[in-house]
Amino acid sequence: MEFRLTEERRMLQDSLRRFLAESVTPARIAATTDDAAGHDPDLWRRLTDLGLPGAMVSEARGGFGGDGFDLMVVFEELGRAGLPTPLLDSAVLAGGLLAETGRDDLLARVIEGQVIAFAHAEPGSRYDLSRVATRAQRRADGWHVAGHKAVVHAAPAAEALIVSARTGGAVADEDGLSLFLVPRDAVTMRDYPLQGGGRAAEVHVDATLPADALLMPEGTALAAIERAQARATAAQCAEALGLMEAIKTLTVDYLRTRKQFGQPIGKFQALQHRMADVLIEIEQARSAVINLCGHMDAERPLRERHVSATKNLVGRAARLVVEESIQMHGGIGMTRDYALGHLAKRLTMVDHRFGDADFHLERFVALGAA
Amino acid sequence: MDLTYTKAQIAFRDELRGFLADKLPQALSEKVARGLRLTKSDYETWHAILNARGWLGVTWPREHGGTGWDAVQRHIFEEEVTAAHAPRIVPFGVNMLGPVLMKFGSDAQKALYLPRILNGDDWWCQGYSEPGAGSDLASLRTEAVRDGDHYVVNGQKTWTTLGQYANRIFCLVRTSKEGKPQQGISFLLIDMDTPGVEVRPIVLLDGEAEVNEVWFQDVRVPVENLVGPENAGWTCAKYLLTHERTNIAGIGFARAGLAALKRIASAEMQGGRPLIENPLFAAKVAQVEIDLMAMATTNLRTVAAAAEGQAPGPESSMLKVKGTILRQQINALARQAVGPYAQPFVSEALEAGANLDPVGPDYALPATQAYFNNRKLSIYGGSNEVQRQIISKTILEL
Repeated sequence: MEFRLTEERRMLQDSLRRFLAESVTPARIAATTDDAAGHDPDLWRRLTDLGLPGAMVSEARGGFGGDGFDLMVVFEELGRAGLPTPLLDSAVLAGGLLAETGRDDLLARVIEGQVIAFAHAEPGSRYDLSRVATRAQRRADGWHVAGHKAVVHAAPAAEALIVSARTGGAVADEDGLSLFLVPRDAVTMRDYPLQGGGRAAEVHVDATLPADALLMPEGTALAAIERAQARATAAQCAEALGLMEAIKTLTVDYLRTRKQFGQPIGKFQALQHRMADVLIEIEQARSAVINLCGHMDAERPLRERHVSATKNLVGRAARLVVEESIQMHGGIGMTRDYALGHLAKRLTMVDHRFGDADFHLERFVALGAA
Repeated sequence: MDLTYTKAQIAFRDELRGFLADKLPQALSEKVARGLRLTKSDYETWHAILNARGWLGVTWPREHGGTGWDAVQRHIFEEEVTAAHAPRIVPFGVNMLGPVLMKFGSDAQKALYLPRILNGDDWWCQGYSEPGAGSDLASLRTEAVRDGDHYVVNGQKTWTTLGQYANRIFCLVRTSKEGKPQQGISFLLIDMDTPGVEVRPIVLLDGEAEVNEVWFQDVRVPVENLVGPENAGWTCAKYLLTHERTNIAGIGFARAGLAALKRIASAEMQGGRPLIENPLFAAKVAQVEIDLMAMATTNLRTVAAAAEGQAPGPESSMLKVKGTILRQQINALARQAVGPYAQPFVSEALEAGANLDPVGPDYALPATQAYFNNRKLSIYGGSNEVQRQIISKTILEL
């Protein structure tokens, strides 16, 4: 048993926390929603210089990390800062897929900070990984890919996209999914701000692509997509944990300093007990994230059981933390300009990506029965 | 025990339905149903339509131009207008200040202000909370110092809903620092056009600016704008709060929210079938529906007691706590039902006639916004913590 971080990871955690505390301001967070790229290009360059994308990739593939606990350390800190970046989408999700394709040339670009987005979910697919209506047809000189991809994070900043499409099977079949590398200028986008900060886009694909756009053997992509999404879910849950920690700090400070009826409101037992429950659930969330990060490389049944367990627990804890922290702050917790507002919205949105708490509760049951 | 309406009450309900079908502009009910932004003139239009029929002063007696309805009729009215997606009646003048003036105002104040509330000449807002006085309202510090025929007001109010539209504000101000904090408070009417009054919007986390700060710097207010005796404002404030709590259970809003939730969950697909057919989700919807059925009867029990002349007492605290929790649960389920399209935040799409398609289904953004915005329900009008305190003190006598 060893629950302490390695020396290297602690140094990464310290330097990242210090850097983010010094660099991230509410104005810079707000700018990620307004700027065309959907993130802060200057901060992204400096985070890349700190080695963040490389820390998401294994040494065998040209990075210097890639372990579940590397994800946890980095994303918890990004969560504390509330900063939207393309790291999850480009380095974890797209990077995870590229690592399986042998396209180390593309992975090297991701490690250097170029953004590659993964366009997979579609209108109506909700959280089902295999439900893909986008079609790819083989042509004499390559492929034709056509379809609509929904809420594609990091797409506005992407230089290229990995697009999933059916080369066979019916809309919800597990077989028949393939991945294609699509240049940015081969798609049309409607991009927009996100509730949790940053930007995403609806992506319309109707493109003729060369033969080598196909990234892995035809029709076999689902298992790789599931593995990449397991890593992305771990990263997202670690980010949620960081958001919870930041919200807890704000709320405890408020309970200590806000005075009503002649004393700090933190002296009222009703609030003390509720804040204690919040703390207990955040510790549960931390353990759940550790469970998942420790099983990133486990066999599928065990790994996916932890994916659903952690996503369910983090979803439930997130809602409790958001609702209790706003309530204990009162009106000020409802305002845009107080730091809680952005953190609470960003944390709420965790339940709207990669499956919500109920989706994963049912999936956990189904995985156990299998 | 009889859970059904009388024939007269059913006839009254049918009369209301006919009126709403006839007079409620479709453009307005569509905006409300779709969760779009309402403008100042939307509210004014609806007030004028109700007033023309004599139905704006819902809680008012006939002698002041009100409906004279009893509590059951008022309840039926609330149910029907929310079911028809009518805009809400802006409560500050009609439901809050009006009853206070009838009870504590001078004859001159009644004669001047009550008709202006009904005919739309005045839009009132509420100056109660301050940055340092929220749950502990009596600790308020905005000061009114007597200077000849005027009070000179200095201080700051906050969370003033729709203050940007108002031309007048009723305020609790401190006129004495002697004795208990409640004893030095007065109830003062202030013209927002007076020099020294400044309104600053507060943007909430849904990006909307429905509340404001109102600042007062050496604002001179004629002494005849004092309601009731000096230093007796707390009595007015408590009386107003009982009226603020009329319809506090929000049954009509909860029903409308539940219907919207079912529509969303029928349209959203999960695993190849409508989300509403998913057993786990259906169970959660059923749970809030069961709570709402009981809540409606809890509310009617209070209404029936009120119809027999018993003033709403601490049981209104029960209605507030349970009613707001229920509405928030419905909002949370609707947000969950929306799925991934809860993420886009294109708030311009909430503008009626905006030349901008929503991202994803048109119900997605309003449902998400309502979840964030309605966190306020358990905070304002006396937070749920304060309500629980009232219950434990006055009902349980703990």
